[in-house]
Amino acid sequence: MLQNLTLILPEMILFLGAMGLLMIGAFSKGDSTRTVNLGAIAILALAAATAGSFANNAQATAFNGAFVMDSFAALMKVLTFVATGIAIIMSQGYMRLEKLARFEYPVLLLLAAAGMGMMISANDLIALYMGIELQSLALYVVAAINRDSLRSTEAGLKYFVLGALSSGMLLYGASLIYGFSGSTNFVEIAAAFQPQDGILPMAQVLGLVFLLAGLAFKISAVPFHMWTPDVYEGAPTSVTAFFASAPKLAGMAIFLRIMMTGFENALVAWQQIIILLAILSMVLGAFAAIGQQNIKRLMAYSSIGHMGFALVGFAAASAAGVSSVILYMTLYVVMTLGTFACILSMRQDSGPVERISDLAGLSQTRPFMAFCLAVMMFSLAGIPPMAGFFGKLFVFRAAIDAGLYSLSIIGVLASVVGAFYYLRIVKVMYLDAPADEVNEPMPRELSILAGVMTAFTLLFFVYPSPLVELADKAGAVLMQDGMVATDMLQEHLAGH
Amino acid sequence: MTLTSLAFYLFATVAVASSFMVISSRNPVYSVLFLILTFFNAAGLFVLLGAEFLALILVVVYVGAVAVLFLFVVMMLDIDFAELSEGFLQYMPIGATVGLILLLELLLVFGASSTLIDTKPLPQATPDGMTNAEALGRVLYTDYIYFFQAAGAILLVAMIGAIVLTLVPSNNPKKQNIAAQTARTRDDAVETVDVEPGQGI
Amino acid sequence: MHDLLDSYYPILIFMGLSAVITAALLLVPALVAPSNPDPEKNAPYECGFEAFDDARMKFDVKFYLVAILFIIFDLEVAFLFPWAVAFGDVGLFGFWSMMFFLAVLTVGFAYEWRKGALDWD
Repeated sequence: MLQNLTLILPEMILFLGAMGLLMIGAFSKGDSTRTVNLGAIAILALAAATAGSFANNAQATAFNGAFVMDSFAALMKVLTFVATGIAIIMSQGYMRLEKLARFEYPVLLLLAAAGMGMMISANDLIALYMGIELQSLALYVVAAINRDSLRSTEAGLKYFVLGALSSGMLLYGASLIYGFSGSTNFVEIAAAFQPQDGILPMAQVLGLVFLLAGLAFKISAVPFHMWTPDVYEGAPTSVTAFFASAPKLAGMAIFLRIMMTGFENALVAWQQIIILLAILSMVLGAFAAIGQQNIKRLMAYSSIGHMGFALVGFAAASAAGVSSVILYMTLYVVMTLGTFACILSMRQDSGPVERISDLAGLSQTRPFMAFCLAVMMFSLAGIPPMAGFFGKLFVFRAAIDAGLYSLSIIGVLASVVGAFYYLRIVKVMYLDAPADEVNEPMPRELSILAGVMTAFTLLFFVYPSPLVELADKAGAVLMQDGMVATDMLQEHLAGH
Repeated sequence: MTLTSLAFYLFATVAVASSFMVISSRNPVYSVLFLILTFFNAAGLFVLLGAEFLALILVVVYVGAVAVLFLFVVMMLDIDFAELSEGFLQYMPIGATVGLILLLELLLVFGASSTLIDTKPLPQATPDGMTNAEALGRVLYTDYIYFFQAAGAILLVAMIGAIVLTLVPSNNPKKQNIAAQTARTRDDAVETVDVEPGQGI
Repeated sequence: MHDLLDSYYPILIFMGLSAVITAALLLVPALVAPSNPDPEKNAPYECGFEAFDDARMKFDVKFYLVAILFIIFDLEVAFLFPWAVAFGDVGLFGFWSMMFFLAVLTVGFAYEWRKGALDWD
């Protein structure tokens, strides 16, 4: 048992580090927020490096198969921990200016990251639930961390109530699944969930559906997205930047793993649901964002739409599909963090602003910020040669290879509609006349981050192969015996 | 056997009836009290299943602590509950539909589990010759150590969260330092001075 | 299985007995106690309190904090019961497993203490 403890080293580092920082914060005299922030970033970097060292190892499990470490988990963990670290870096200045700087914030983010690591490596329903709860509980708290603001507390409460509801659905589904399979382990569930005569028994489908609903809530796929706009708008902007990045990665990772390993034989049952979630998310993300005046709300709908696009690759249920989802999520996180680096810099004399009209004429007053944001918007819209275009390309290619033509067509149409509101922001920045109030200069760390993300987004097409290969390798691990899924898909299509 | 099924129907009926009262009573304090009754009956059901430890935890934690917390929360909020329940009839159709769907699904599961799938024998809650708590203790801290420690982490987050969100830093200038008070000795407080008559101090 | 439920037989009798006594204590006063209701009996005496008023008043959020911290440690103690019962079987590994769990919550407790969450004012 002990030799397997090395597998959970990344989570152990995060957990022990969080406790150490909590003690430093509690026992140091004076303000220790800065120290704890730097410590948290160092611990996340260490955890990411440790997780990365597993990238080439063969799949290994610990704790009677409840915890699994493979190159898929390693890649997703590195991305999640790095995204969390960047979220902490970006939050420092904003939290200080908004008088929200507290040492508990990085500690809670570290614990949330540990929960996300547990989710990504979960190979058991209980492990999955524990990871989700550890993550979510920390997220509920940070959503309401501006506790004197009505909107922030409302965001936290709304997130908590709906999150608890979704956890309830997930548990109900999990208990049904356990009842029908006699085990909580994904591998044993896969053995029990076998379609009979091409269809899954109705009762098993019910368990699966409840589990899917709970997971779809975590990645805010339509119709389980209701919380997203309010929470994104109400939470402090630096918290929103975090919400839009790391938890989405972890949520998508566990979603992929449970469907591809636990329910690999039940593809006929869940594929249609994923297709429906994808279509609804893409369409709602595209249309609901059009009327938004608040840029955080707009980003909420944008993230819903992007989850839809990622689910298109998911629906393909092939090795190519999984690797396209991994790639898409990676690029999405880079673009989102880059965008939020700019949004966090939106500040006038009166304080932080978040209306789109506050960006008017930004190209004349703050050309660098306008340029970065414009590149991010082009990329989110999926306009070549930005990184976002390649994400969409891979996702749609995987879907077409799997024969999901209509899904791909709807996806392309949705991204055309979505381009409208992304380009509207570019138009406001470059063509509208600047308002009287000038945006304050970008803080140094934000401008460096925004610059790096912009450079990545712009230059991804020059040398995309390392990332694509990583994603392919990770995807292949998840689908190691998953060629069955593709075959079954063909059978399924032939049957109709 | 008859006694067991009698007890089951008693606990189940009271649990369902009192949970109905939780949502239908006008006074939220009554709702919490009915919730306690529901917890008790659920604990009874756990006992019937052989999960004694879970039953007692339900009584200790939920009845003893969570219900009290609920009472505090209900007392803390300044809400006109009559006004709050005005929308009840308005939301009734949607709520009833959701409930009906859930009921149908449950029936579906019940029906399907008896026909379509090979049902597995119900695992025994407690191995023979062992108490329920002992059976749990033998696996919880060793085989299931991962989940056990994860539960510890979740409790830690709950603790930090509760303090971050509700602790109001005290700025009471008249704060007592009890340690300093009790550490005070006669020598610190009283000075005996021999005063010569007519000289003063 | 049957033996287990049989061991609850005394509790069943106890519950039955307490139900009978409770019912009796409710019924007997209703039957034999003198009852001469008068509105003046419920009126406040001189400048005293309203005899029947809304019992609800707003609590300080501190109560909530104390209650939730109590629940957390309550749960912690709940984990100790099976451990104590199976202590002879879980071995050194089980011992250190629990020690780590307690250490985690002790860290939380130290944090709580330092933050002043245990002070009433």
